[in-house]
Amino acid sequence: MSTETAKAIEKKPAEALFSKRRKKLVTDPLVDDNPITIQVLGICSALAVTTQMKPTLVMAISVIFVIAMSNFVISVMRNTIPGRVRIIVQLAVVATLVTLVSEVLKAFAYDMYKELSVFIGLIITNCIVMGRLEAFALGNKPYDSVLDGLGSAMGYSWIILTVAFFRELWGSGSVFGIPVFETISGWIGPDFKLATNGLMVSPVGAFIILGLIVWVQRTKTGYVEH
Amino acid sequence: MQQSNTYIIVFSAVLTIVLGLLLSGTSQVLGPMQQEAIALDKKKQILGAVVSAEEIDAMSPAQINEFYAKRISSTVVDINGNEISSVEAEKVEIAKDYKKPADKRQYPVFMFHAEGQPDAVESYIFPLYGAGLWDAIWGYLALETDMNTIAGITLAHAGETPGLGARITEGGVQERYIGKKIFDESGELVAVQMQKGEGKDYSGEEHKVDGMSGATITGTGVNNMLKAYLGHYETYIKSKSSSQAVAGL
Repeated sequence: MSTETAKAIEKKPAEALFSKRRKKLVTDPLVDDNPITIQVLGICSALAVTTQMKPTLVMAISVIFVIAMSNFVISVMRNTIPGRVRIIVQLAVVATLVTLVSEVLKAFAYDMYKELSVFIGLIITNCIVMGRLEAFALGNKPYDSVLDGLGSAMGYSWIILTVAFFRELWGSGSVFGIPVFETISGWIGPDFKLATNGLMVSPVGAFIILGLIVWVQRTKTGYVEH
Repeated sequence: MQQSNTYIIVFSAVLTIVLGLLLSGTSQVLGPMQQEAIALDKKKQILGAVVSAEEIDAMSPAQINEFYAKRISSTVVDINGNEISSVEAEKVEIAKDYKKPADKRQYPVFMFHAEGQPDAVESYIFPLYGAGLWDAIWGYLALETDMNTIAGITLAHAGETPGLGARITEGGVQERYIGKKIFDESGELVAVQMQKGEGKDYSGEEHKVDGMSGATITGTGVNNMLKAYLGHYETYIKSKSSSQAVAGL
């Protein structure tokens, strides 16, 4: 072991592209340090866009793009950003990226743009974005920052997709717009009807699902609020 | 580290210029595509009053444009029913026009033609615009050629409550309007009123439709919008129905 370490110092090889530390940057926010369930950030959009899977997926992809890119840009500029105006600089970069996403959606997926409308713009105020910029990108190298951003964004994404899955299934009886309840009713017989629950369509439904996810997760990981 | 004020100002200026260029460039490049998407969306909404949502979903953008060009013709009238030939109906922005007084607005009318019969009108489609609970609501109402029976309606909204007022976009709610009448026996415009509460049967009543539970204010908004816009089009509608009555003789 010791010779190996010595060698490493001698050569100073670049850290592996997916070293253990870097993998942790991506995997930590997925469960143990999840932005929604542990840090309780980004709740607003998690409630608002999760009535159906499709807009949720678009939202998730947009957030992944914005967080990863803003982390990258800020990290590249981190040594030149004047400390006194750093928050404004971060906001300007994030706002630009969000506007780009919104413009692209408007041109290529107008229906999605209409449906998500204000929530795309509100990615700017998503606490996860600014949080990662302040806590990580300002003090770390670009590649690490991108990984960190991807991790946090994917932690956010899988939670909102899970919430959306249950909300669409119970609220509208479908998944990704494909009718599930109808199909099941069709198999069993004409008298058998699976009822949808209107509560799941309203934001209250998201709170309940989110609460259940937090409960299951904390039971498994043993996480306790301090 | 503490930078000088000059550095901060220069940094901010450069950042602003770079980001500004980036954004205006994107907007320039994507602008035409966005205009196309908006125009296509409008056509979809207009067609939605006479064609089922499933049929529209099944069509590609090119097919929608072709279908629209083949089956829809349009005109613009003023509040007295006189045609304004200098304006293209598709170019009239209802939302912007809504801010003007009613007698100054331009009122587009879209005619839906039967398949293969470009001269025969199957239904007349009128745009609607008004206020819901939180934000604007709008839509398109199609009247059959008797100028009294509703052939179909599409409704859309900017920010009604999901699951409550936002249900006006659902086919199930819009279908309730089909077959209802806008004039009573004496020829008075009464439009159609969405009722409070949900689950009652209004199939025997010509001017009432079942409401949306928990969305009475949105329903009232739809009622007011229908009444107001049918009122604005009333002269035109009556001129058409009397001319057709004459033609029928």
